[in-house]
Amino acid sequence: MSSTNNSTAAQKPRTRFQRIWDSDVFFSFRRSPVTIVAALVTFILILAALLAPWIAPYDPFNPASLNLMDGFTPPNSESMMGNYFVLGSDHQGRDVLSTILYGSRISLFVGFLATLFAMAMGISLGLLAGYRGGTTDAIIMRIADIQLSFPAILIALLIFGIARGIIPPSKQEGMAVWVLIVAIGLANWAQFARTVRGATMVERQKDYVSAAKLIGVHPLRILVRHVLPNVMAPVLVIATIGLALAIIEEATLSFLGVGVPPTQPSLGTLIRIGQQFLFSGEWWILFFPAITLVLLALAVNLLGDWLRDALNPRLR
Amino acid sequence: MLAFILRRLAQSIVVMAVVALIAFMLFRYVGDPVASLLGQDSRLQDFEELRERLGLNDPFYVQFGRFIANAVQGEFGISYRLQQPVSELILSRLPATIELAFASAIIALVFGLSLGVFTALKPRSFAAGLIMTLSLVGVSLPTFLIGIGLIYVFAVELQWLPSFGRGDVVRIGSWDTGLLTSTGIRSLILPAITLSLFQLTLIMRLVRAEMLEVLRQDYIRFARARGLSNRAINFGHALKNTMVPVITITGLQLGSVIAFSIVTETVFQWPGVGSLFINSVQVVDVPVMAAYLMFIAFVFVVINLIVDILYFAVDPRLRIGSGRR
Repeated sequence: MSSTNNSTAAQKPRTRFQRIWDSDVFFSFRRSPVTIVAALVTFILILAALLAPWIAPYDPFNPASLNLMDGFTPPNSESMMGNYFVLGSDHQGRDVLSTILYGSRISLFVGFLATLFAMAMGISLGLLAGYRGGTTDAIIMRIADIQLSFPAILIALLIFGIARGIIPPSKQEGMAVWVLIVAIGLANWAQFARTVRGATMVERQKDYVSAAKLIGVHPLRILVRHVLPNVMAPVLVIATIGLALAIIEEATLSFLGVGVPPTQPSLGTLIRIGQQFLFSGEWWILFFPAITLVLLALAVNLLGDWLRDALNPRLR
Repeated sequence: MLAFILRRLAQSIVVMAVVALIAFMLFRYVGDPVASLLGQDSRLQDFEELRERLGLNDPFYVQFGRFIANAVQGEFGISYRLQQPVSELILSRLPATIELAFASAIIALVFGLSLGVFTALKPRSFAAGLIMTLSLVGVSLPTFLIGIGLIYVFAVELQWLPSFGRGDVVRIGSWDTGLLTSTGIRSLILPAITLSLFQLTLIMRLVRAEMLEVLRQDYIRFARARGLSNRAINFGHALKNTMVPVITITGLQLGSVIAFSIVTETVFQWPGVGSLFINSVQVVDVPVMAAYLMFIAFVFVVINLIVDILYFAVDPRLRIGSGRR
């Protein structure tokens, strides 16, 4: 495949887009219908979350626009006040579709930032451990080992509890989202560190690193400019699967009542609210946020699986 | 083998010491223990007296030493929220969590093993494909959604099983068991299934992968050539050789099961240690958090140790390997 690419490239100049489109990764993407559907679902959900303020039919967080008389309207029907709700309304008369749009916004925000945080921390510690070796390596990897033997949700819970104890109560509500991001990020860095360290130890032996050392390139520059790009493939895979994990972890924490405050509900909080009405027959308050969460987690997971097969890095 | 176990024991002690240090820092520096014990309208003098009495003015290492000494005796102070000794609280909640964890481990092991063997022996059958697809979905679903789904189907719609609590319990010595009453057993079913599903899929996929690997080996072909019955080959030879990874994963998962039970216990309002922990996190009840942390770490360390020792019992190759080293 690469030889034909070279010959066609010699005949006529191709745009960057064409080259990406013809690459191995996108070739396997076009061949897998499941992946295309997963990518589409992910894209639509992210887009809907980003555009929530413009496409949501109601503003669920503006107390002035809420009316308790709108409460418990079933899906696809009008309330007593004459308002129409596609997916029904909850106990406070909030439109379920709008709360889902805003909720997935918070879920995705926390998921993305927590994964970025875990990634930044894991990559830097992994590069350091793999490049320096010796005691530095032993200490960092022992910590990672111990942490990996505990479930991430437990560690996130613990960090959340500590933060609650340290932050004064008046500021807790405003900082809850950030505490959540740090807690989930800190709970997930070890996976990145372990992979990056392994790949770095392999790269360190190669000639291009020795050459860079010989001509006196600063170690930090070698790591960031030369080693890092070569270890990025497995990192991308872990980051994608990590995003799905982070979204589920955030939902779990919020469901347990230790996540974001009810004034800023994420998908997990919405499910927690909806659970209260399961027995009284108002299933839609629970059902639609739950389906959204499952779709999001499943789609991102499938994307991660595909990426792993497509890039085929040495994982684990 | 003795050297191996001693080395493992030393590692476990280091892990416990690190966890104890974290628990102590939590205990000592998160929130103010004096302010939590005294009311808002106490005099400054009372604060100072209590501070002195609790030994909070002593140097760091003296306090840490005292914390360890107390922890070894199972003494973790008094819960800020419930005003009861933490050790008593945890002990009274422990039977519920242990019964739940073991019930789910048994479900996971029995169904995981049998489904794993089935999908490996008949990999192309329709049922095997269906089971594999379902297991993929099961892994992606968060635990609490599975629990809610089960509640909706079996408690709300069909009304077969209760959706919360432990039912009636019988007290045997200091152990409250729900296994002897019919309401207790009925209450156990849904939470145990919820907790077991993740493990079940894990064990099933592992057994299947290992079985497929082993069934390709020469000694299996030779066993067939010798005319052994299918049953003897599949279970006596193939399954036996998949047991090492299965024991590892099951053992290590038992620890996460106790931690995961936090979620299950919340969904089903199960009165176990996990729900005690989640309530203490919500109100920053530091002594309970510290004690739970130490408790979970202890469980993990003990399980890891047992799994390591089990290796030797199951796989003779390891015994030879360690002898040469």
